[in-house]
Amino acid sequence: MGVPFWFHFLGLVVVASPAMLVALLGLKTLLGLRFFESTQAALTRSAVVIGLLASLAVLAMMLIFGTRHVPVEVGNWVLIEETGLHFFFHLKFVFDRLSVPFTILSFVLCGVVGAFASSYLHRDDGYSRFFLLYAVFLLGMVVSSLAGTIETLFFGWELVGLSSALLVAYFHTRPGPVRNGLRIWTIYRFSDAAFLLAALMLHHLAGAGEFDRLMGSGAWPEGTATVAGSSVFWVGLLLLIAAAGKSGMVPFSGWLPRAMEGPTPSSAVFYGALSIHLGTYLLLRVSPLLDVSPTLRICVLAMGFISAVYGAIVSRVQTDVKNALAFASLTQVGIITMEIGAGLYYIALIHMIGHATLRTLQLLRAPSVLKDRQMLENAIGGRLPAPDSEITEPRWRRSLYRFAHERGFLDAMLDEYIVRPFVQIFRFFDSCERRWTSWLSGAPVEQPDPSPAETPAPCNDIQEVT
Amino acid sequence: MMSELHLPWLELSVLIPLVGAIAVIFIRDADRARRFTIAVSTLALLGTLGEWFDFATLKTFEAHDHWDIFRLLFHRDVFIVDELSAPLLPLGALLYLAVVLTTLRTKASRFSFSGTLFSEAILLATLACRSPWSIILLLTVSIIPPWLELRRRNACPRVFVFHMGLSTALLVLGQLLTGNLEASNSPPLIGGCLLTAGALIRCGVFPLHCWITDLFEKATFGTALLFITPMTGAYAVMRLVFPIAPAWALQSIALVSLLTALYSAGMALVQKDTRRFFCYLFLSHSSLVLVGLELVTPVGLTGGLCVWLSVGISLLGFGIALRSVEARQGRLELDTFHGLFTHTPFLAGMFLITGLSSIGFPGTVGFIGTELLVEGAIEVYPIVGLAVVAAAALNSVAVVRAYFHVFNGTEHRASVSLRCRPSERITILILTALIFGGGLIPQPGVASRHHAAEELLRHRLTTPTALTPEQRAADSHLTLTPTNERHNSRKDSPVE
Repeated sequence: MGVPFWFHFLGLVVVASPAMLVALLGLKTLLGLRFFESTQAALTRSAVVIGLLASLAVLAMMLIFGTRHVPVEVGNWVLIEETGLHFFFHLKFVFDRLSVPFTILSFVLCGVVGAFASSYLHRDDGYSRFFLLYAVFLLGMVVSSLAGTIETLFFGWELVGLSSALLVAYFHTRPGPVRNGLRIWTIYRFSDAAFLLAALMLHHLAGAGEFDRLMGSGAWPEGTATVAGSSVFWVGLLLLIAAAGKSGMVPFSGWLPRAMEGPTPSSAVFYGALSIHLGTYLLLRVSPLLDVSPTLRICVLAMGFISAVYGAIVSRVQTDVKNALAFASLTQVGIITMEIGAGLYYIALIHMIGHATLRTLQLLRAPSVLKDRQMLENAIGGRLPAPDSEITEPRWRRSLYRFAHERGFLDAMLDEYIVRPFVQIFRFFDSCERRWTSWLSGAPVEQPDPSPAETPAPCNDIQEVT
Repeated sequence: MMSELHLPWLELSVLIPLVGAIAVIFIRDADRARRFTIAVSTLALLGTLGEWFDFATLKTFEAHDHWDIFRLLFHRDVFIVDELSAPLLPLGALLYLAVVLTTLRTKASRFSFSGTLFSEAILLATLACRSPWSIILLLTVSIIPPWLELRRRNACPRVFVFHMGLSTALLVLGQLLTGNLEASNSPPLIGGCLLTAGALIRCGVFPLHCWITDLFEKATFGTALLFITPMTGAYAVMRLVFPIAPAWALQSIALVSLLTALYSAGMALVQKDTRRFFCYLFLSHSSLVLVGLELVTPVGLTGGLCVWLSVGISLLGFGIALRSVEARQGRLELDTFHGLFTHTPFLAGMFLITGLSSIGFPGTVGFIGTELLVEGAIEVYPIVGLAVVAAAALNSVAVVRAYFHVFNGTEHRASVSLRCRPSERITILILTALIFGGGLIPQPGVASRHHAAEELLRHRLTTPTALTPEQRAADSHLTLTPTNERHNSRKDSPVE
């Protein structure tokens, strides 16, 4: 049992621990079994601690043996190889300077939030549901972080998306969180579609989905892309759209404040710390593509700059602490994206880790912000100075305030120019079909559905969430 | 020489429900009739499973029954199982068993068990047939039970009858022409077109799909589900059109199916009625299956065959979940929230899992099939193929929207228990096991479907049809060689 064996074993343990947690909690739910809260918390704690220790052990071994790139081959999940046809779904995990810190960060922050949530959600009806979705999220994060092939990354990416949307709708007896969950799911699905197309294009360009082959043999970040040409730009653009959707960058930023409808622990770990950085993580993973396409680099810089400025402006007028933190996160994500665009990959990674840790702390403290303020006021024996909220001249400041207050009209524009025409067109088709079948049946022609403009808000999901 | 199964599985599978359909007429008590139907459906499922395993052990493309009565009497094979139909038979039997199992006692008096078993026998016979005329005859007979039910419910059957009549007429006419042309050497273009049109109407292709929504609105959910979910239209395409149509024609039809998939996905998203929503969702998925089948490339066909099975399992579960909810709450509207999660968490879980599986969510049975399908579509139509991804995205939004509306969004108050019954729970567990089992260990299923696709393509090129030598050469060029070259390039050339 040499060093490669231990690398392989520990690498598998890192992935297997959250997978086992998902399997256990999922089976429990499916079979209708009931676990004590303490049992679920203990299972979660064990999975996180085992995964964290294994990833720390991998890091220690990498440092001791001076290895910068440790691939852990699981094998082909699906392999069709016949008369030249070659289709495969390769499961492979990679431990390198990018994935190891992000995995450790995921375990640490998920562990903190898990411990926090076990008290925060004590005796809550959805305690079990929360921890099941939490386990799915953790598995998704770990798989995404360690993915050695683009298919594996897509697998984890989807798990993160699903758990996020369902956790936003955690308080399922209220319509608001449910509508917001649907909104987020919609944005995720369309950005995931961009990811899927990019993955297929990369497959066709490089003949495989392995990052080692796509990004050259050098360890991150020194790899050199093995693909070239104009198609790199299109692949990169699709990946940028996928990253923008996941990280809530412009024009998808509308989902960020909506995500705060979920319970505080999930808001903290998902939208404040980990999930929001998954898009930038993807850009870091495919960073060698930026080196071969200057146009793509400019697009990344522009996306980062616009998102940072937008987040900075909008966060200033938020009246809710979680929303203010969400947009503040967006500002930092925008800056991280700019750092990636500028080629400062290590800076971006350090920035990401620092920012995620800070935001987790801030969001976990958010429910106590009023208490903190009262404590401070009691300590100083007077009122804390209130911020100046009066809007004065010049006129552009009012416009800017309006812009920030309406969150850049992003959601309104999406609704007006994409959702509303879509709904109107298909409602029209629907009414035509109803008329046709009524006529054929010899029944009185049914009245068409009222147009969305006349429809009361609850009749139209996508519009009602605006 | 065709291989032979070890037992007459196919005949047994058809005979058991047929005899059961006659026997159940004499059972007056609805609950006893329900239990009897469950037993008969279980036996039929066991028969089809026996056929599948037996066939798998033979390692052949096609096989006929042992002690084949039809062969003895008429000197011809009527029931033949091949790689296409081998898994479809147990899937069809499972569909009937699941529907009967989840029929609540309160609904038993209104549900025709005799008609259901008769339909099952017809379906299994259709799937076990390869002769065009037998398939057309059985497809026509299968129209009768839903039509009788529509009449019994005093619902106007005109839309259903018009479309089914048109479909049958086109199939008969097309087969007549194709059969005649087969004798000569001219290509069966008109006959092929008529056959294609007839089969596509049965599939519910745009714009002749309205009969499906009409059927779902007027018939019982169970009957509509049993008529639509087996995708006999797609089976007709594979048996009647696929062997004779040139690749360019099939690939052109794939565009129509793609349009249907996209249109139905959009329609599913704006529906307010759960039945219509399910109907469009199913239509979109079945059209995606057709897209895969009509691409006529190994990867596309493999994807189509995989998605056929995954959609069959997933949307069966999804439909059953919806039917079970409807049995408790009546027809539901999707423009309001119903908040049933607290009362029926099990059904909610099944609804979500089956819905996600149908859209090809990672870890579920539909994932790899959908990937193959997307890859196949983009390979043939690099730009238009993107519509598959768009349709899948729209479907996924529609599924989660329906989940949120039915199970979330408000607090439902009920004076009676809405919890799952044991039979429903068993069905849910079986389907969930299939969904995750096929999703986590996809290799056997995908390899089997790939082998079936290769064999179907090979038989297509060697079948003595009216395809001219030029067409056959064009077909072989379109299907096998370039695809292989493309995949070779994927494998071996790292830099392009």
